[in-house]
Amino acid sequence: MQGEIRRAKLVEIISEFSIGLALVAEIILFSQFSQYFFTAENLLNISLQASITAIIAAGMTFVILTAGIDLSVGSLVAFAGILATSVIKIDLPVYLGLSLGILTALLFGVFSGYIAGIFVTRFKITPFIVTLALMTIWRGASFVYTEGRPIWDLPETFSYLGGGRIIGVPVPTVIMIIVFIVSHIVLTKTRFGRYVYAVGGNLEAARLAGIKTNKILISVYIISGVLSALSGILLASRINSGQPNAGLMYELDVIAAVVVGGTSLFGGRGTIIGTFLGAMLIAVLRNGLNLMNVGSYVQQVIVGSVILLAVLLDQLRKG
Amino acid sequence: MNNILEMRDIVKKYPGVLALDHVSIDLKAGDVHCLVGENGAGKSTLMKILSGAVRKDSGEIFIDSKKTEYNSPSESQALGINIIYQDFKLVPELSAASNIFLGRELKENFFLNMKEMNIKAAEIISQLGEDIDVTLPVNRLSTAERQMIEIAKAIIGNVKILAMDEPTAPLTSKEINNLFNVIKKLKENGVGIIYISHRLEEIFETGNHVTVLRDGKVVHSADMKDVNKDGLIKFMVGRELANEYPVNNAVKGKEILKLDKLSSDKINDVSFSLHHGEVLGLAGLVGAGRSELVRAVFGADKINSGKIYIDNKEVKINSPKEAIDAGIALLTEDRNLLGLFMNLSIRENISISSLGKLRRGVFINRETETFETKLQFDKLRIKAPSVETSVESLSGGNRQKVVLARWLETNADIFIFDEPTAGIDVGVKFEIYNLINALAEQGKGIIVISSELPELIGISDRIIVMCEGRITGILQRSEVSQEKILNLATKFSSKVKNAG
Repeated sequence: MQGEIRRAKLVEIISEFSIGLALVAEIILFSQFSQYFFTAENLLNISLQASITAIIAAGMTFVILTAGIDLSVGSLVAFAGILATSVIKIDLPVYLGLSLGILTALLFGVFSGYIAGIFVTRFKITPFIVTLALMTIWRGASFVYTEGRPIWDLPETFSYLGGGRIIGVPVPTVIMIIVFIVSHIVLTKTRFGRYVYAVGGNLEAARLAGIKTNKILISVYIISGVLSALSGILLASRINSGQPNAGLMYELDVIAAVVVGGTSLFGGRGTIIGTFLGAMLIAVLRNGLNLMNVGSYVQQVIVGSVILLAVLLDQLRKG
Repeated sequence: MNNILEMRDIVKKYPGVLALDHVSIDLKAGDVHCLVGENGAGKSTLMKILSGAVRKDSGEIFIDSKKTEYNSPSESQALGINIIYQDFKLVPELSAASNIFLGRELKENFFLNMKEMNIKAAEIISQLGEDIDVTLPVNRLSTAERQMIEIAKAIIGNVKILAMDEPTAPLTSKEINNLFNVIKKLKENGVGIIYISHRLEEIFETGNHVTVLRDGKVVHSADMKDVNKDGLIKFMVGRELANEYPVNNAVKGKEILKLDKLSSDKINDVSFSLHHGEVLGLAGLVGAGRSELVRAVFGADKINSGKIYIDNKEVKINSPKEAIDAGIALLTEDRNLLGLFMNLSIRENISISSLGKLRRGVFINRETETFETKLQFDKLRIKAPSVETSVESLSGGNRQKVVLARWLETNADIFIFDEPTAGIDVGVKFEIYNLINALAEQGKGIIVISSELPELIGISDRIIVMCEGRITGILQRSEVSQEKILNLATKFSSKVKNAG
């Protein structure tokens, strides 16, 4: 009996890290094709490229764990970037302007998430429709507000967020790592995290167990909104402008990362580590294909196929 | 007569559990073969293997003495094997008739012949002695009616072997009689029936042959006429049970809970009081408003008017959270749908309502959590490898114990149990009765809802009878009888049929 339990545990651990193994295999493979691939510089570069969507994917994991979905994240990236940059452009002392700009964008993320949460809980509208509408609204708002023109001429200091380095590591990478560590701790070690899994596993049972389910649901959309806004700020800083078409189709990359990471779209099952590995798997693939000079059209086909393969493997092991 | 079905040496292993250990059963045409055993004995697994939903690890199945292999429910259906499961497999949005014909729809050219299906479905329902509008979607039918739809669905096609897993659990006695008449007809038509039930009376009424499973093994198999109830129980639990209902020695104290003219959308002007150390039974037909009453007290349904007092202080309860904070625990009716988180472990399922006291700062204190849940796990003797096991792999009785453990962990003062023994074997039932008595002895107030009248009479100090959302009578232990309860439960007799 004891032996069998241990074996079952082992199987569980291996499958838990099957995405990790796939990632390692991918890295070994690309290292064979390109000398440059497995260098510190390129790996940091990959982490920088992955950081924007990975940060959003951390928030999306909370939402999907409750059996919800947030399609508004890409548009949030754009509108948050525009809000931040337009506040920063106001003639204020530099650091005050920066802080106000960032704060405004983050508060906007809270606001959008709160609206989504209220529609999902109070008015019982499915998350897909609510966030689809918000996606359209914020994208439209971005173009209306900017009249379709990017916001340029930002202070030098702003570009530090997206382009600077802390002891050699890109700032977005550092922020991404902090976001993932905090998200992991919240999901595994706090009461809120446990409630997120409970709500996603069985909403009515959660309510009858004394959980304020509406509060939990609203919170996960706020988390997703804030992290999207944060990514929007980082992206605006990296490209040193507020662009109305920033973050286009990000929602799909983000959902792919979460699902490849093993989180169930039906809610209740998944981990933040899985999401991190899922985001990295896709980022490494894109980077490796670039180094191998694979054209961007072919890349799309390959990335899509790998996503299918990853979820298929996941399904088979659960099978 | 030849066996229409033989299952030989069936073995099925799950991680950490040998669910079936060389189990063999036979079934003759026109016979009812009863399967009994405690929860987790392997009955449901055996049925899932019979249906093809679950693969056996080894063993053979013979149909009409021919060795047969199949791997899916659709293949077994084609062979004439139909299973009625404990949990419904109906599509809630489709009409009753569409559900009955699901997968074998009648067609006229390319189109569904709904008219014909409605007529045929209505026919079969009336054969079952029921009067259900088959054009209504299933989610508008009562639990008992859904069970009848499930039965109709199983017998409408080509049926040679019919297995029923706890078919009578949601039914009232009148409906059970109808079901037995149907079984009689099926027997005459040469259908072989496998009948699983925890209600031993039914087994003696309808069975020809009985097989007892315990821990995945056949421990006894005999003709019905050669066994008696006590003998069966002994085989099932592996020991003798002294009394069916243990004696409750709790001392009744002061009033702990008082309802004053409580009304919701489903209940009307309900007033009663509950005392420390008292076990109060709630009786009534299905749909009488018993569950709705306790849901209102627990804050799960909205209260329209009336007051609730706990220890003589008025309390406002607007949500389950507030009820729990006020010291109320509700073990809900349907543990799978309303109680458990299948994605979480036993530990997480037990601690979910008590995380407030299991914290260290903002974090859950994992050591305390494991320690506390392990205590409940051991105390209730939950059969599982460890507290880290997923509840999904547990049997019905052990799942019920997990939910019980959750509420014990909250340290509530008022415990409400809604059908705590539904679908649970005699051994675990006895443990639950003992637990209720132990809580009463600690001075807790207890309300129990049960559709099994002998059980309710056996464990309650007083019984409140409801009909149509109102209290129609309160009976003291000394004056209670099944007849009196049934009279009060059908007081508004013009509408009784709907209530069933």
